[in-house]
Amino acid sequence: MRALNIIESAYRATLEEQDDTIVWFTRAIKNAGGDIDILLRSNAVNYGVKTQDAQGLKFGTWRQTRPPRLAEDLSGALEKGIAVILVSEDLAERGLKPTDLIGGIEFVGRSEMATLLGRYGQVWYW
Amino acid sequence: MADQKTLTFALMDAPFESARSTTALRLIDIAARRGYAVNVFAYEGAVYLPFAHQQAHPNAVHGRTVEEENHVLPRVLIASLFEEAAKNGGRIDWINCGLCVDERGAGEAIEGVRRGSPADFWKMAAVSDSTLVIGTRS
Repeated sequence: MRALNIIESAYRATLEEQDDTIVWFTRAIKNAGGDIDILLRSNAVNYGVKTQDAQGLKFGTWRQTRPPRLAEDLSGALEKGIAVILVSEDLAERGLKPTDLIGGIEFVGRSEMATLLGRYGQVWYW
Repeated sequence: MADQKTLTFALMDAPFESARSTTALRLIDIAARRGYAVNVFAYEGAVYLPFAHQQAHPNAVHGRTVEEENHVLPRVLIASLFEEAAKNGGRIDWINCGLCVDERGAGEAIEGVRRGSPADFWKMAAVSDSTLVIGTRS
């Protein structure tokens, strides 16, 4: 079986979880031997941006020393053989360019989505 | 049941927050009444759906006692779904994400709920006729 995780809801508890829970979920499945990829759409395209920085969370004397590093997590996914695919129009609509992103990300246009989804046995829309 | 259908659900919403949780249980109810094999992977806040310590309360605004109110408790709904599935020759295998349970202190679940990981979800989905993910939406 080959599966695709579509991530649309962005920054869902990322400060608390220190990652995106579906990127983490995908990596956990890959580590267990699953054949699975990631499609980023809508606001989640921002996960690929190299310069994002979530450091600085503090409450009283408590400081978050391990903030989420979403672009690094995507790089880790790519290194494990997870394809990270991003919807081109969603990137452009947010004023972002491919050069703003980490390397290795693949792009798909909205008109190509049906063909892309057809390559997967299961598609999970988070 | 040779032609028994197998369905897998991934749930993510915490109880008492979203109608999606109720909708998910309604879908599972249909499958249970049809005697399907149902797998549920509860992720993140959804691990509180079968939390054993959910308590009914009276509702002064409604003007009802705790008995009159018959407050909806997801743990009771899920236990009822377990029974319904078994009665119809099916079953519900409910797995709570273990790390999600730990970070929430939600370890005490009703009988029939077990602990697992995303790898379990993968295995369940791989042998299912269909898989439905109901994620949390902002």
